[in-house]
Amino acid sequence: MAVTTIAGADIHVDDDGFMTEYDEWSEDLAGELARAIGIELTDAHWKVITFLREDYKEQGETATLRRVTTAGGIPTKELFQLFPKKPARKMAYVSGLPKPVGCV
Amino acid sequence: MTTTETKPFVPDFGDDEEDRTIAFVCSKGSLDMAYPGLIMANGAIESGMEAHLFFTFWGMDMITKKRQDHLHFSPVGNPAAHMPAALAPLPGMQTMATSMMKKQIADLGIPSVPEFIAHLSEMGAHFWACRLSVDMFGLEREDMIDELEGILNVSDFIEITKDAEIMFI
Repeated sequence: MAVTTIAGADIHVDDDGFMTEYDEWSEDLAGELARAIGIELTDAHWKVITFLREDYKEQGETATLRRVTTAGGIPTKELFQLFPKKPARKMAYVSGLPKPVGCV
Repeated sequence: MTTTETKPFVPDFGDDEEDRTIAFVCSKGSLDMAYPGLIMANGAIESGMEAHLFFTFWGMDMITKKRQDHLHFSPVGNPAAHMPAALAPLPGMQTMATSMMKKQIADLGIPSVPEFIAHLSEMGAHFWACRLSVDMFGLEREDMIDELEGILNVSDFIEITKDAEIMFI
């Protein structure tokens, strides 16, 4: 495990750079994480991030794209627009959560 | 071991990589063989790839409206079904094995075949039917799912997938 500094905050990350400590994440940090991967957060992004954070707290694992659609009510197509190309990983990263482990 | 780095460590999402395309040839119509193509196409799209699914022969059942929600799993001749070979062909066994498998799939949060196809379509997957199979089974366009993009002969399919990785299932 490594520690990296983003926008003045020291955060623990795994080998791929995903945060490993749920409580080290903050809303300000999310904006910085997003900027680091070329995304400017809008209200639509926040809806996704809020769902992912809440769902992780309840389920103990990162929601898959399909779960964000079925349980979070956000169309999959929209997720691809908000977090281009690899939405499942990108939205997990910005939300300070591990990569989703589920296949579907 | 804990290390501290000066430059922020950000995951590589491969945004600069060349776009990849993958095609799945779905040739089986049993419940257990319908899922591999759907699940891998889903994973491919989530990894930023363009995905095509070409349905042929028994795989046509996956995109035939009246059949796609009634695919079966048969333990007959399948040692991996972990059932004594003499029991597998008994009446009712296929129905029981099918409903057990459907339950296991649903318990994992994996959608039914029609729902899965709708989900993949929403993500931008391309669905194609095999011309020869359509003719052989006497199917009309309206017999097949609305998400279907077209009916292709083999050379059309080869043309469409000329830069793709191809998997035969």
